Amino acid sequence: MAPVATAVEEQRKTEETALITGSEAIAVACKLADVDVITAYPIRPYDTVMQYVSKLVANGELDCEYIVAEGEHSQFEIVKHASAAGARVFCGSSGVGWMYAMEALTVTPALRIPMVAMVGNRALDDPGAFGVEHNDALTVRDLGWQLVWVDTAQEALDTALIAYRVAEDRRVFLPCAISCDGAFLTHSQALVKIPTQEKVNEFLPRYNRGDLLLHPDNPITVAPQGNEDWVMEIRRQNYAAMERASDVLREAYADFERIFGRSYGNPFFEEYETADADVVLMGMGTLSTPVKVAIRKMRKEGKKVGFVRMRWFRPFAAQALAKSLGRFEAIGVVDRDYSFGSPYMSGVLTNEVRSALYSAPGPKPPVVGFIAGLGGREVTVPDVERITEGVYKAAEGKPQPLTQWIGLRE
Amino acid sequence: MATYVQIDPTQKLDPFKAVKKLPLEEFFTSGHRTCQGCESALVMKMMAKAAGPRTIVLGSTGCMYVANTTYYSTSWVVPWMHTQLGSSGSAALGTAAALKALMRKGKMKREPINVIAFCGDGGGADMGVGAISATLTHPDYNCLILMYDNESYANTDIQLSGSTPWGAHTTFSTPGKVKRIMHRRWKKNMAGMMAAGHPECKYVATICMSYGLAGMNAIRKALTIGGPTFIHSLDPCPKGWDYDPYQSHEMGELAVNTGVWPLYEVEKGVLRLMGRTQQIAAGKIPRQPVRDYLLRQGRFAHFTNDDIDYFQSKVDEMWQKWLVPGVIPFRKEVEADTAPE
Repeated sequence: MAPVATAVEEQRKTEETALITGSEAIAVACKLADVDVITAYPIRPYDTVMQYVSKLVANGELDCEYIVAEGEHSQFEIVKHASAAGARVFCGSSGVGWMYAMEALTVTPALRIPMVAMVGNRALDDPGAFGVEHNDALTVRDLGWQLVWVDTAQEALDTALIAYRVAEDRRVFLPCAISCDGAFLTHSQALVKIPTQEKVNEFLPRYNRGDLLLHPDNPITVAPQGNEDWVMEIRRQNYAAMERASDVLREAYADFERIFGRSYGNPFFEEYETADADVVLMGMGTLSTPVKVAIRKMRKEGKKVGFVRMRWFRPFAAQALAKSLGRFEAIGVVDRDYSFGSPYMSGVLTNEVRSALYSAPGPKPPVVGFIAGLGGREVTVPDVERITEGVYKAAEGKPQPLTQWIGLRE
Repeated sequence: MATYVQIDPTQKLDPFKAVKKLPLEEFFTSGHRTCQGCESALVMKMMAKAAGPRTIVLGSTGCMYVANTTYYSTSWVVPWMHTQLGSSGSAALGTAAALKALMRKGKMKREPINVIAFCGDGGGADMGVGAISATLTHPDYNCLILMYDNESYANTDIQLSGSTPWGAHTTFSTPGKVKRIMHRRWKKNMAGMMAAGHPECKYVATICMSYGLAGMNAIRKALTIGGPTFIHSLDPCPKGWDYDPYQSHEMGELAVNTGVWPLYEVEKGVLRLMGRTQQIAAGKIPRQPVRDYLLRQGRFAHFTNDDIDYFQSKVDEMWQKWLVPGVIPFRKEVEADTAPE
């Protein structure tokens, strides 16, 4: 047998491939990670992950305490406390459900709880909308949550395993939210390679709460009143943990590649067709699909357009990003979110990119902000082409509005 | 018949026989900054003594968080963790679920560990009632939720809660020139609601640490019986109720003897009136007039005779008109209630 065929055969023996959605992929990761306590509460679109978890538990494939809570606040508080008592936990929500849990979301990183949560990104009420917007997950960006946006079901599964490894690393001990665009990823099926349990065990050590374990053998007092005496020092410890998270993430991605044989390259952002690009577009999540299609079309027309997909929003790889973006003549950042009253009225990602560039050495190409695809509205290939036109104008030095709404009914 | 509830063994905590036979070891000790005469601190001390060393305590925001645990000091000998104001139910459930999963999966040594979450009346009867209710419907997890009820948000400056008695002067219900009675809600019947609303919950009790041995034994029973349980403790509060701190013990006795605070337990659905309450219900001792209780407290100093009469009439209703006197406010007949103008 030819060597290639042997390798494929070998892979078939060890790796199963399944046609599953992004939500199902994360449920599979929970099974592989042998999660101990999972709490559910219904809200679309994230809840599909819990429907799948429920099946795994019922079929004996996942041994965990599976608790249906009476609201998101309790949902997140239950797993927070389970993690403090040493359990590996999983949780999730969407849109206003995530907001309802906000108090719990605030104390989780402050308590150094390594929770992994899935956010099925959804527009915030009102008016009601099931579709994707990124404002839900972004509300915790300042609190110590690690935030990652994934693009495919495969990336969702892989990132969930990486998230457990990084969140539960004693150097970090911070929660991680995996953002999956509502519908576009949560409900879309794709072929996903399911890693073997042996490889996952090799990659992901057991959660060890260590000297922070709440147990009669370790009778500690957790989170007493700090006040002006100590709160600042405690905040600084969280700052240091987030600072360390970047290196721990890099280690985890390197180990992931070594053990599973799949590479994500730069863990923090993905670059597409940037090698010779004049201008680049930026965005997060499944926006990459129409953007990549449009880029292939535009490149046939001779336009050298590239794409940078931000994967990790927290920690934010400011230096590496600024260094990369400095190569281009102009940057168009597409936000699937809003930040009313922010500098230049731009979206959250746009202003983070501007901020990263401002303090970096080297060239600072113009950054044009675009707001698109809110409430689950599709971002089309013509939308992307229109965005690119604006970016090219900025590259030519023609003044552009710093924030433009795309695909808006006028 | 098949068993659907999968409960782990609990610690077998027999009742304490007498005060002089109590263990000397303390698991809630010095290092706290509670007010003089704080009855809730006594509840914490007796709760910890009743539960013993193999216990995890979760404490929601309130006096018993802020005053007991100041960074770099703690009064807790057993492991203790803060939980959010409305999260006592969730804290108990999450901790119990973790122990259950980790022990079943061989990730933690098997042993029965008590899980107790406490909350004040603000955290329990107001904000946390939903989470407590949910926890009491989960039959598989061994945990106790103890609500220490000092009848106000006492840590934040004495604001009224859903558990504050009718008419009481709090910083959110100050008697004024036009409105004398600013707080016109009757105290929420938390223990009755928990007992009546959660048929799978095996133990609900009301206690008052003026009767400390009974209180501790209720806690021991709640921890031994298995599954989620609930105890509601009435805690006289010198700061919030405005009386001299040395009178705390007596104030608790008055609450029971006037019938304002009925002592009872509901064990596997069986209601037992306890202590003095049992004697009052059996007609062995008379109910003392509520006037004796109300006029001892500055928070009722603005009451007129009409106000006291109204308060008395509402307490009389509890005993004379409720189908389950002092416990469940269902009645046989509809009648109009009117507050004094």
